[in-house]
Amino acid sequence: MTRKQIHLAAHFPGVNNTTVWSDPEAGSHIEFSSFVKLAQTAERAKFDFFFLAEGLRLREQGGQIYDLDVVGRPDTFTVLSALAAVTERLGLAGTINSTFNEPFEVARQFASLDHLSAGRAAWNVVTSWDAFTGENFRRGGFLPNDQRYERAETFLRTAWELFDSWRGDEVVADADAGVFLRDPEAGAFAHHDAHFDIEGRFPVPRSPQGRPVIIQAGDSDEGREFAAATADAIFSRYGTLEAGQAFYSDVKGRLAKYGRKPEQLVILPAATFVLGDTDADAHERAHVVRRQQVSGQTAIKFLEQVWNTDLSAHDPDGPLPSTDPVVDGSTIAPGRASVRMYRDPIATAREWRQLAEAKNLSTRDLIIEVTGRQTFIGSPSTVAAAIDDLVQADASDGFILVPHVTPGGLDEFADTVVPLLQERGSFRTEYTGTTLREHLGLEA
Amino acid sequence: MASGTGPRIAVALDGAGWHPAAWREAGARPRELFTAGYWAGLVQEAEAGKLDFVTFEDSLALQSVSPIGRPGERTDIVQGRLDAVLVAARVAPLTSRIGLVPTAVVTHTEPFHLSKAIATLDYVSSGRAGVRVQVAGRPDDNRHFGRREFGEFRLEDSAEPDKPSPLADLFDEAADYVEVLRRLWDSWEDDAEIRDVATGRFVDREKLHYIDFEGRWFSVKGPSITPRPPQGQPLVSALAHAAIPYRLAARSADVVYVTPFDRGQAGAIVAAVREEQEKAGRGGETLHVFGDVVVFLDETEQAAADRKARLDDRFGAPFTSDAHVFTGTPAGLADLLLDWQQAGLSGFRLRPGAVPHDLTAVTRGLVPELRSRGAFRTEYEASTLRGLLGLSRPANRYAAV
Repeated sequence: MTRKQIHLAAHFPGVNNTTVWSDPEAGSHIEFSSFVKLAQTAERAKFDFFFLAEGLRLREQGGQIYDLDVVGRPDTFTVLSALAAVTERLGLAGTINSTFNEPFEVARQFASLDHLSAGRAAWNVVTSWDAFTGENFRRGGFLPNDQRYERAETFLRTAWELFDSWRGDEVVADADAGVFLRDPEAGAFAHHDAHFDIEGRFPVPRSPQGRPVIIQAGDSDEGREFAAATADAIFSRYGTLEAGQAFYSDVKGRLAKYGRKPEQLVILPAATFVLGDTDADAHERAHVVRRQQVSGQTAIKFLEQVWNTDLSAHDPDGPLPSTDPVVDGSTIAPGRASVRMYRDPIATAREWRQLAEAKNLSTRDLIIEVTGRQTFIGSPSTVAAAIDDLVQADASDGFILVPHVTPGGLDEFADTVVPLLQERGSFRTEYTGTTLREHLGLEA
Repeated sequence: MASGTGPRIAVALDGAGWHPAAWREAGARPRELFTAGYWAGLVQEAEAGKLDFVTFEDSLALQSVSPIGRPGERTDIVQGRLDAVLVAARVAPLTSRIGLVPTAVVTHTEPFHLSKAIATLDYVSSGRAGVRVQVAGRPDDNRHFGRREFGEFRLEDSAEPDKPSPLADLFDEAADYVEVLRRLWDSWEDDAEIRDVATGRFVDREKLHYIDFEGRWFSVKGPSITPRPPQGQPLVSALAHAAIPYRLAARSADVVYVTPFDRGQAGAIVAAVREEQEKAGRGGETLHVFGDVVVFLDETEQAAADRKARLDDRFGAPFTSDAHVFTGTPAGLADLLLDWQQAGLSGFRLRPGAVPHDLTAVTRGLVPELRSRGAFRTEYEASTLRGLLGLSRPANRYAAV
């Protein structure tokens, strides 16, 4: 019996608190050579795609630009297009926001990227709605929270209409007959609704994939429904067996009502990893990495995001603050996803205090514990087995791997874990297709 | 000086060439217009000729054969194109010295997005990025976005910069847009990334700056998400045919492309641009004025004329352009360029009538001709586009002196 095939992607970490910039191996986060290095490693390892996230305003905390983590990132489209020149098969996926862009422009750019990469483009559709980010844009772009999926869905469907405005057979370029376009109406579109009122001619002929691969993230009921209706892949937060299986069956179960089959949506949790010669080595390294990721200063900043108040005088090596989080007033860290993750800060603080007391954790150690993400820690064979087991058990279809050192942090995985997955018969040894849709097993 | 005393040379790439029938020529590759290999080949040819830079045309609408024509109405010309910034980025890693200047429409796009896109192009090309800013006031473009209403554009308004008009507004908005681009490029000081392990700080936030741009059409807070690019400020350029666009170029650009039809007109245009430059308070800064010329080049004048006539026949009408159309030999073109240069033009942006024929005629015909007269470089003398054009790397306006 053929084993279920694992899908793997490489995430170039942008702004976050998992990247260890102080590591001696850490390189530039903005020079193009770093992007080339990670992408070429991913391609050497036969990964499905390279992924680049986006953020459209520098983070702030307490009214000041956040300065502890890696900051500064390139334009998504531009760097992906350049990467198409130095890779041949690797998919090129980027986050593009649907709030601070227009469908015509984004569709034009993705169709162009798909042509320029010969069918390797993917779009991670995200929505932002905060006025904080909107201050960088001429149209402001502030959206009420309850409209964000509505706009995102309308945006995506409008972009699809533009992609589909060319069938693909219009350009004949018959020099002798003098016919460049067979169909004089190629690219004609008209879309009129509450969000977009546009019409005209889309100027990019149909691209190799027809449409870029559509990726979404989003864990709310609305987000899952949106993905089930429209996405080719979904980034999930659940990398453990039980939580992964629950998410997997829930989301895949929603596809039928949209006339779709389970294999038409690929579920990819994000995952970090730390490897070692033995499992014990790996756990030792992982401990060091976590201490690097969460310095005392970083722990305080993280604490402030939940407590929503200035805690700069708090000792990171002491216990958690005895005061409760501030739940009214302005947000100390605007536009930051982690703030929104803790919708009930008082309850979060209570849980954390209980955890810290039970395990006798300092503030910093507590933060290290609660901010730890799904991580594969172990020898290459342990990690290969863990990944394969999760995928075979339908906890996911694969993983998007987030190295903690840029740009060389994927090398060890490519050299040691990938061959073991290939030996298991769960991962390709050569690309069998040329487009990202083919890599992901999606119909064109 | 490696460029000798001669003009700087750029080429403008557009489809299969600037003649609407160019795609039907024997050497054309019209089925490859939407592939990366096509564009890489053209830019590599231009780089082999040691040209200063290439520009990539763009528009938000399908092609039309005249400024008042309906986009997409003719099916016997090239229709459709790829985003020029993405094309430039795709080509960047495959070239090493030539400047890359995509066209970007500023009327309907966000300066924040374009600023980081061009900064990123500068990173992926190691300092060879520029942008040509273009306004787009046509109703066809507008309907693709559906958000704005403009008044009526009248061509005659373009000669009167001081008279309020929708056209003047469009260009004033473009000037604001470029101001935002430049402020965002400066919003990170060059040494903002400090990686100070002792304090745990990756950046020095004192070296990151809000740009706080507030204008009539938009406001932008900043800073950029992208650190200051290798050139500090990538090259900004614009095409200008009349007083209003001259004023935009004089306020905002490093290079302006103009369209004289003879040497006398070239001199008058240069004088008009310089006057606007003084008015804009930029009299002491370098603003290159490039003459745009459409070129049909062959070994004899007759051959060039015959070829153009063949193209005109196929198109069904004589080719006309906003720029001077030169038909002749590379030596004849060299004579013209050196003559017009005397009128104050610092360079030329040549628009090949048909590609690849007229592009290779520039790189393999015109370039050796200019070199034989000591008027063109034999080797690239700088690694950045600003360096090639003799523009220094600008100081950061926000850096403490």
